[in-house]
Amino acid sequence: MMRPYQPKKNVQKKAYYTDRFWVAPRIPEEPVPENSPYAEDLKAVKKACKVLNAYIQRGQLVIYINPEENVAALKALKETRGYEMLSELSAVDFLAQRGGFEVFYQLLNLSEARRLRVKCFVKENQAVESVNPLFRSADWAEREMWDLMGVKVNNHPYLKRLIMPDDWEGHPLRKDYPLEGDEFAQWYEVDKIFGKEARDIIGPENRDPGRVDRYDTERFARLGHEVPRGAPAEMADKEEETPLSYQEEEGVFLIEKFSEENSKVLDKRK
Amino acid sequence: MQQTNKLRPFFENLNFERDDNHMVINFGPQHPSAHGQLRLILELDGEQIVKAVPDIGYLHRGMEKMAENMIYNEFLPTTDRMDYIAATSNNYAFALAVERLLGIEDKVPRRAKVIRMMLLELNRIISHLFWLATHALDVGAMSVFLYCFREREFAMDLMEDYCGARLTHSAVRIGGVPLDLPEGWLGQLAKFVNELPGNIKDYEDLLTENRIWRMRLEGVGVIDQEMAKSWGCTGIMLRGSGIEYDIRKEEPYELYDEVEFDVPVTDSCDSYGRYKLYMEEMRQSVRIIHQLINMYEETEPQLMAHVPQYISAPKEDIMTQNYALMQHFVLVTQGMRPPVGEVYVPTESPKGELGFYINSQGDPYPYRLKVRAPSFWHCGILQDLLPGTYIADVVTIIGNTNIVFGEIDR
Repeated sequence: MMRPYQPKKNVQKKAYYTDRFWVAPRIPEEPVPENSPYAEDLKAVKKACKVLNAYIQRGQLVIYINPEENVAALKALKETRGYEMLSELSAVDFLAQRGGFEVFYQLLNLSEARRLRVKCFVKENQAVESVNPLFRSADWAEREMWDLMGVKVNNHPYLKRLIMPDDWEGHPLRKDYPLEGDEFAQWYEVDKIFGKEARDIIGPENRDPGRVDRYDTERFARLGHEVPRGAPAEMADKEEETPLSYQEEEGVFLIEKFSEENSKVLDKRK
Repeated sequence: MQQTNKLRPFFENLNFERDDNHMVINFGPQHPSAHGQLRLILELDGEQIVKAVPDIGYLHRGMEKMAENMIYNEFLPTTDRMDYIAATSNNYAFALAVERLLGIEDKVPRRAKVIRMMLLELNRIISHLFWLATHALDVGAMSVFLYCFREREFAMDLMEDYCGARLTHSAVRIGGVPLDLPEGWLGQLAKFVNELPGNIKDYEDLLTENRIWRMRLEGVGVIDQEMAKSWGCTGIMLRGSGIEYDIRKEEPYELYDEVEFDVPVTDSCDSYGRYKLYMEEMRQSVRIIHQLINMYEETEPQLMAHVPQYISAPKEDIMTQNYALMQHFVLVTQGMRPPVGEVYVPTESPKGELGFYINSQGDPYPYRLKVRAPSFWHCGILQDLLPGTYIADVVTIIGNTNIVFGEIDR
């Protein structure tokens, strides 16, 4: 039997078992009630640009627009409806399903304590216009979106990677980017410090200096369970605990040796 | 771009040798006053800053990516590592976001709500004490640091008695809290909050009218209203600019609409005004805790929401009832499956608005989880705030914004 192909476009962890009759319930998408403040907000957006869909989910208004009109929509909301703060901006990867990203702008009206979300669908390699002139907070948020998701932003003052190093390849929050990193990520430090030719000498098991191998008898990785250097591997299982002692037997010059008998343990704070 | 050489640092887009009198200096990433791994590239004209470029990412652990590959309950301890000064506020913000996604927010038992609020306010006090300690140390007041850390230790002891951890608490669960308060804990808490106002007064006696403290803070780091709104400042950074907005008051969650507290606001817009707000907020937290201690006694002993579809039954039911055990097994091995949809839930953490955006596609793993961490925006504002100030004020301003790199880089 031929083994099944593994999906490459979405390597997010999957549930190991799902009932084949399972249909996930949905959070209801309620219509916007008449004469509510949200209806006014929606009217203001409709005046400024085309609204594809609008509903209320868990008490917050969600408006779908075309990505070309994001600045117009946010401008209308900011100037006529008092949404003066852009509290969050990011993207959701739908490359595998629909070939693009959903970009969302989370807005807050400070005087009336109301929040809404403006969303638009951006195809891969399509850029959105920067909303930086309207909200300075978009500066870093758009850089982060570009860095981690790879959604380009037009007319951004300084579109440069924010969180990953400048010479990074790939966009880590995409669904096709594995959790443990791609080849570039896994060899990043080795390539940079020793060069690509050192990959074979170092080997995949040594590229991560933080890695602890339980059965390693060469390096004494487990405190209190050390085995002699070069001991055979079967000994690693049977090592006896060697309690650690940080006090030198003879004592240190000028320093009195600590002994539990002569010391007093306080049972409560002074 | 400069060619990256082996073992040679390279400074991208940086020109150290310039024709004019400007000097470029590198502040961090290993600087004791940067409050974490902040690299700040400063262009100086004499002692005045002309341009500031904060560079972040040195503590990036990819938490949002990790969240996509963990079931919801698995991710909760990871949130401890964001704002590690007040870990419970992160746990709580995440738990609340998932609860709202599941629609079980109102099924959380009242006792759990009271305990959560106690922990949140205790964390607020811990965080504010830590802020005052480190900020005063940055500005040069060593003794305040020692006093604040002494009081913070008592609060940490209380946290330790409740959940066993001092820094990474994980003291909140989705749907409630795991444990009831231990014997005698309330008495200790009452003792702590009775003592604290006196201690706060001591700090104020040391600082408020202190000539050096005032000279270093007054008129430094001025954020006007427009700038605060435009940069997405929240919490004290926003209230220090004269905008009265506290999420606990405006969009109340838990029992914040049942307790009485004031939201201190100042329109002085500078670091000194914000210092006063921090002190006042600690007093308000004390006031809230006093009311919570009285509320606790009137609650029923239930601690976790009863929603067998999403939340495991109490241990007693699991051990005695077959179906509860089966559900518990599925919830532990596969995880809960929230409905398809998305939520954005803001909470008032000690540092500002901590919000979680969760997009669920009906799987046990969140499809996308975005953390709106207040420090991220309060760090970004440095590039507009620092130009025009003097190099001596940089440390004051960084300290005053109360940024934590665990949540900036995530």
